[in-house]
Amino acid sequence: MVRFLIVLAAVVVLGAGATAYALRSPEKASVEVEAGPVELAPGRLVFVDDVSGKVASVPLGAPAGPRRVSSLSCKRFFTAARQGLCLADGSGPLPGAVAVFVDQGLGEQRRVEVAGVPNRAKLSASGRMASWTTFVTGDSYAQSGTFSTRTAIYDEQTEEYSSNVEGLRVEGMRMSDDMNFWGVTFTPDDRTFYATMSTAGKTYLIQGDAVDSTAKTLRENAECPSLSPDGKRVAFKKRVAGDGARPWRQHVLDLATMVETPLAETRGIDDQVVWLDNDTIAYGLPGEGIWAVPANGEGAPRQLVPHASSPSVVS
Amino acid sequence: MYIATARQAPAAGGTGRIAANVLALGAVSLLTDVSSEMVTAILPLYLVLGLGFSPLQFGVLDGIYTGVTALVRVVGGHAADRWQRRKLVAGLGYGISALGKLGLLAAGTSATAMGLVLAGDRTGKGLRTAPRDALITLSSEPSALGRAFGVHRAMDTVGAFLGPLVAFCLLWTLPARYDVVFVVSFCFAALGFLVLVLFVRDHRDVLPRVAVSLRNAFGLLRSRPFRRVCLVACGLGLLTLGDGFIYLLLQKQLDVEVAYIALLPLGTAGVYLLAAVPVGALADRVGRWRIFLAGHLALLGAYALFLGTSGIALLVGVLLLHGLFYACTDGVLMAVAGPMVPEELRTSGLALLQTGQVLARAFSSVLFGAMWTWFAW
Repeated sequence: MVRFLIVLAAVVVLGAGATAYALRSPEKASVEVEAGPVELAPGRLVFVDDVSGKVASVPLGAPAGPRRVSSLSCKRFFTAARQGLCLADGSGPLPGAVAVFVDQGLGEQRRVEVAGVPNRAKLSASGRMASWTTFVTGDSYAQSGTFSTRTAIYDEQTEEYSSNVEGLRVEGMRMSDDMNFWGVTFTPDDRTFYATMSTAGKTYLIQGDAVDSTAKTLRENAECPSLSPDGKRVAFKKRVAGDGARPWRQHVLDLATMVETPLAETRGIDDQVVWLDNDTIAYGLPGEGIWAVPANGEGAPRQLVPHASSPSVVS
Repeated sequence: MYIATARQAPAAGGTGRIAANVLALGAVSLLTDVSSEMVTAILPLYLVLGLGFSPLQFGVLDGIYTGVTALVRVVGGHAADRWQRRKLVAGLGYGISALGKLGLLAAGTSATAMGLVLAGDRTGKGLRTAPRDALITLSSEPSALGRAFGVHRAMDTVGAFLGPLVAFCLLWTLPARYDVVFVVSFCFAALGFLVLVLFVRDHRDVLPRVAVSLRNAFGLLRSRPFRRVCLVACGLGLLTLGDGFIYLLLQKQLDVEVAYIALLPLGTAGVYLLAAVPVGALADRVGRWRIFLAGHLALLGAYALFLGTSGIALLVGVLLLHGLFYACTDGVLMAVAGPMVPEELRTSGLALLQTGQVLARAFSSVLFGAMWTWFAW
């Protein structure tokens, strides 16, 4: 009898402790908010507000100032050509995601249910081609716990939707089940794209063709490419030796000369960066907000927006 | 060689009731499984999304420990026998795993710390399994061993069911609060540990102590029936596809939506849960060894279904046969081997058998993985 009482008491104590722990709200960062609608208007930097999880914006000229916060919740947001792509958590206990296309006033235009956990989202400069990446467990043979990525491409003009770009024929590579693709960035022709492919433990920068589903590898050891506005350079993260948990350094590759330049940011950037203009890239650092660094490898990183992630700029 | 026939006595007036000790061990396993399956379900999410590990790093972290646990099993089994302290060794294993959940919180973003914590967790699992199974055999009437293991495994599986459910519901209500999942997981593990301490009775009969040594433990293999069991179990282990392959094959053939892949193992577990007790009882009646072999026929049947059927028949058939395979083999094998090993070496013997089986299955997984990649099926 005593033993049952002890167990009962333990249930109560542990239950209360866990509940108290769960409810202890993590201290909320305070950010300055101003009233006003969030619109995809030129000259504004749009991002996900870490405090509320909503899409917010600031003037590009005063990024540290008060922000406008919308009612649209996203894990990842990207804007181009006055349109927006919001990759958000799905509703339900199992991991799932939803890709929401929004107009200039963040009004919903279309939504696509997606499997997995939101990771990357990008639109082509014209807004026609959309692509997003999610993490998915369970479709790997080796271990029940391992991960793979699924990357979708959506053509807004033809409404053609490919839920997973696996099946891309990569020049000089055997088709294999462990090929994973992520982090797509389109060129202005809305057909050619750059992306990451991983297979057999290595990553590659690939140049792909969305129409005939072919690709070629350009370089080994490159993830999450992002094409510059002039289309001449690609920023990507590269695995470097050293710290095991945060092993990346951001580089910029000149596509004409294939010369790569490490950037001045030495903290590991785990993000698909954006180009603010032809000379500057911006990126999120978990817990550190949004930062910018010159694309030529010189200068020093500076903080743009605190308590924010997933930047993109309305041009 | 001393054969454990002394314990036949209670069987003569056998009541057929499951010993309180077995139920207590079942409850401990249930609570511990809720705890560990909660973490298993979300750990990849946490490592890759929360901490930014690459999937490759995660695979490496996950992979290195199989060898470690194999060694720990044999050493732990030997220690439990040498001091006749099975509850102590099992408790050590459950305790290490419980503390490991707090370790996950403390490890923060360090890959090294995370690796150490995971290694600790595996060590705990390796330590506790054999003494727990030895206690089950020592607490049960020999004539009803199959059923006793059936009850234990069914309770264990209930925990495996609840774990992911609890974890995903927590993350649903408290998005991205992986820390809360770890805290709740620790609470379940601590409860399991407490139940073990309070309700499980150790089995410490006065036994001949001379015979307990590592040499004698391996010497068990000189006994023909036990050697046969070990050889056959390892041999069949080599031919057993890992669960992951079965689910992946199903997904490929049926084009299952990715969101539902996580539900496939629940199908297997459900059948296992329902069949464990009746199959265990059946094994007691018609012969445990026969049922163990029949279980592998069921697995063979599941493979065969991939060649001949499709659609819903394939899905239901494979999950049914796969669940039956587990019901016919997992606890039943321990019920087969237990009585063959003298009581004073019970834990070592079971540890030896489990280690062999684990290594054989790990080897077959690696082999099939390589073939899979190579032939790009």
